[in-house]
Amino acid sequence: MERRTFLKAAAAVGATSLLPVSAMAVSSAMASSGEDAQREEPGVVDTYDATPKQWGFVIDAKKIEELGVMDDMIGACNHAHNIPQTGDPKTEVKWIWAEPFENTFADMESEYMDEETLDRAYPVLCNHCDNPPCVRVCPTKATFKRSDGIVMMDPHRCIGCRFCMGGCPYGARSLNFFDPRLYLDEINPDYPTRTKGVVEKCTLCAERIDKGEIPLCVEASKGAVLFGDLNDPDSEVSRALKEAFFIRRRVSLGTGPNMYYIVSGGAENA
Amino acid sequence: MLEKAFHGSKAYWAWIIFLLIIIGIGVAAYANQLINGLGVTGMSRDVSWGLYIAQFAFFVGVAASGVMVAIPYYLHNYKLFGKVVIFGEFLAVAAVLMAMLFVVVDLGQPVRIMNVILFATPHAMIFWDMVVLSSYLLLNILIGWGALSAERRGFPPAKWVKVLSYIAIPFAISIHTVTAFLFCGLPGRDYWETAILAGRFLSSAFASGPALLIMLCFIMRKVSTFRVSDKAIDSLAKIVCYAMIINVFFFLCEVFTSFYSASPAHMLPIAYLFGGVEGATNLVVPMIIATICAFGGIAFLIFPQLRKNHKTLIVGLIAVFLACWIDKGIALVLAGFVPNSFEQVVQYFPTLNEVLVIAGVYGIGMLVLTVLYKITVDVRKSLDQRPVEAVDEDKMDEAMHAASSVPAAS
Repeated sequence: MERRTFLKAAAAVGATSLLPVSAMAVSSAMASSGEDAQREEPGVVDTYDATPKQWGFVIDAKKIEELGVMDDMIGACNHAHNIPQTGDPKTEVKWIWAEPFENTFADMESEYMDEETLDRAYPVLCNHCDNPPCVRVCPTKATFKRSDGIVMMDPHRCIGCRFCMGGCPYGARSLNFFDPRLYLDEINPDYPTRTKGVVEKCTLCAERIDKGEIPLCVEASKGAVLFGDLNDPDSEVSRALKEAFFIRRRVSLGTGPNMYYIVSGGAENA
Repeated sequence: MLEKAFHGSKAYWAWIIFLLIIIGIGVAAYANQLINGLGVTGMSRDVSWGLYIAQFAFFVGVAASGVMVAIPYYLHNYKLFGKVVIFGEFLAVAAVLMAMLFVVVDLGQPVRIMNVILFATPHAMIFWDMVVLSSYLLLNILIGWGALSAERRGFPPAKWVKVLSYIAIPFAISIHTVTAFLFCGLPGRDYWETAILAGRFLSSAFASGPALLIMLCFIMRKVSTFRVSDKAIDSLAKIVCYAMIINVFFFLCEVFTSFYSASPAHMLPIAYLFGGVEGATNLVVPMIIATICAFGGIAFLIFPQLRKNHKTLIVGLIAVFLACWIDKGIALVLAGFVPNSFEQVVQYFPTLNEVLVIAGVYGIGMLVLTVLYKITVDVRKSLDQRPVEAVDEDKMDEAMHAASSVPAAS
């Protein structure tokens, strides 16, 4: 058996154990444009898709730098999602933020790398993995993978055991060490705030995707970050990946991260 | 039998009141944590588990170690442990209770703890940990209480007590195995991600648990009428010695694999523990103490002259217990977060509030242990005061020894 086939089979076995999770993900999805709305309770629309999607990003950090949009991307997310600013690295809550190369891709760093690539800021966020360890270890299914690939969080069910924080190899998860409402200057009334003692992370703007919109950070990136369905070979992201050399974070762990980073210059440098 | 816990000497009541004060302080500190959030602890985004979870792992080990008395007694009919086995079971009760409390105080939303049952998730290790821990707690309460009730009436334990004792043996192994699986199944946490972790957990448990049990037996000799035989203590001390040697061996296997393969991810946590990395040296002194205690403790237990002398035996036992407590009750959890997901080293220091909560849990554990041990000792005392069938265990040991050393006597 080929290694790839084996890995796929192994992942399939893993996935079957998560089936009830995806079923639940369907029923708890928040809104939007499904066909089977009559089966659901009023106001809840089924987002289940028979041909599963896998949303992903293609991130061009060089372009982000050139356009100077990093702060806009982060700021738009922080504001829209009522992310508290605790001002302390110990307790901070982060959905999307910037890290230099040596931290983002620690296992790929080399002293011979050009300084521009090394010093550049790379946006980091939840990788919405194919095989998310956080979902595997969560004892209450408070975090689960939706049929469109989004690794979602139900803060009302979370018991704050922080197993997902230990399980996530990307540091994408944050605990609300204090009441987050104390650290919000301005509350966006269109999005819920959270309570203390629960974990949160990037939801890929599921609330926007369900309305047919793209994630906020993608919108704010002015084209430096592409968003789309990686399972669809004709999607913008799939086509972009065919044309450029890219890397992902900590691929060897088998989590299947879906955030793809184009290496500076793209194809001509690959 | 419970009423026996309400009759005691002044010293007994002074001890109970002392424990209640400690518990009260712990409860107040926990109330502060509940009101303000886990931010009052030293834990952080990068070191998301601290002393609570480390102490949880340690006390699951103490609980599991009950089998080191139960296996010789129930499976090998090793009579010498007959009087000790119930103390092993009641120690397990107190230790499981402490372990569970450490999980509860660690939760960000403890009121939602029933979600673990309501939305039972078999692919999450915590689910299985909850299953085996609560089963093991129930088993030990039933076994200990059943055996003691029978003893009080002068009957041998009922058959169901024996059956449950056999069932409890694999459960004891499973509670610590599942606890190791909580850690070693997490990708990218290299200090934990090792197949030998469950083995290390069990060996360190079988060293630290019986070491604690022997020390408790010495305390009971001082403060109560219960006198465990020297022979039983020596047998337990040998178990501690063997287990500690295996524990150190397993750890050295870890060191060899990490450093000979020169895998940076595996070397870094160990380097952090013993030498410090990037100025993060908070665990170096504890680890040096643990190392000295581990080897020193083994030396004190391995030589019969030192082991049989109770003064040196106690030194050896305290050393072994301390070494295991530092290794599993502190270092194991913290080193798992080194480096973090961004290849940075973030240190953790517990806060005063956190330490007080831990003290409170220790207080509850010691209170439960004191009450259970008090009841057991008093039941036996009232038996000894009866004119018939009072058995002095030391004399019984001597008789057994005489019988076995003269096999041709019949």
